[in-house]
Amino acid sequence: MEILVNDERRDVRSGVLADVLAELGFGSARIATAVDGAFVPASARENFRLEPGCRLEIVAPMQGG
Amino acid sequence: MRAYGHDFASPLLLGTALYDSPAVLADSVRAGQPGAVTVSLRRESAGQLAGQAFWTLVRDLGVPVLPNTAGCHGVREAVTTAQMAREVFGTNWIKLEVIGSGDLLQPDLFGLVEAARLLTEDGFQVFPYTTEDLVAAERLLRAGCEVLMPWGAPIGSGRGLNNLFGLRALRAHFPEIPMVIDAGIGRPSHVAAAFEMGFDAVLLNTAVAKAGDPVAMARAFRLACEVGRLGFEAGPMPERDMAVPSTPTLGRAMLDA
Repeated sequence: MEILVNDERRDVRSGVLADVLAELGFGSARIATAVDGAFVPASARENFRLEPGCRLEIVAPMQGG
Repeated sequence: MRAYGHDFASPLLLGTALYDSPAVLADSVRAGQPGAVTVSLRRESAGQLAGQAFWTLVRDLGVPVLPNTAGCHGVREAVTTAQMAREVFGTNWIKLEVIGSGDLLQPDLFGLVEAARLLTEDGFQVFPYTTEDLVAAERLLRAGCEVLMPWGAPIGSGRGLNNLFGLRALRAHFPEIPMVIDAGIGRPSHVAAAFEMGFDAVLLNTAVAKAGDPVAMARAFRLACEVGRLGFEAGPMPERDMAVPSTPTLGRAMLDA
């Protein structure tokens, strides 16, 4: 199904957030996720189902002031 | 400075952005010996994983991290960013920014108070980026904040302490609340002035990262913190409107003018 990952269209095979992250190559990376604007904690990724067309945000540490 | 039960090893809080290279950032942190460094969150791409390399660098510095919600203009956006930051950085601390004006990066004080309340209820320890506004300060404290971070001047402007009267009034109004001058600091003398006024800490980034020699400037800011705090603790003399001779006049020889 097609979803938006950080605003880019991506075709993913899985429908579960944890599997989609692995599929996208994030493996054990230190990241946080939000789906359709709402935070999804790491502990919920295994059971979180993504809908076609949903907006997945994946963020990681960055320089800040 | 002590805030939320944590004793900061130094009252200098340093940003990690805008350095020419990761090496200059690391050397500046070593020279400045800050009590915390601020960090942020941005979209990660699986191809580059840039955030992972940055995280390794910051972790190896061995300094506590204070994540921010920089760039957030709405309450929900700021709260969601804080939740993601807590997970990524493993800390309840959050430098809460809710920006209202694009030109001056001035805090939206109404959104800030609301976001601070929501985050405090969710177990966060909020470091709010605010102005010198007394009413907003009162509301932030009521919302559960145990520290205030009034701006000196707009972020990145380097203009120092823009409203001395307002900052003095804020300091005097809440003498027991730890306060950090956040944003607008350009020079070590601004930092010394902030401490002489009784502020507890300073947070700066551009002034070091964009200095001609960031590592030397980081050291200068560390020393300025010490100078200013020592000056405050030593009790500065009151200002006078007229000159008063310091050399004794008694016994002065009578000579022709």
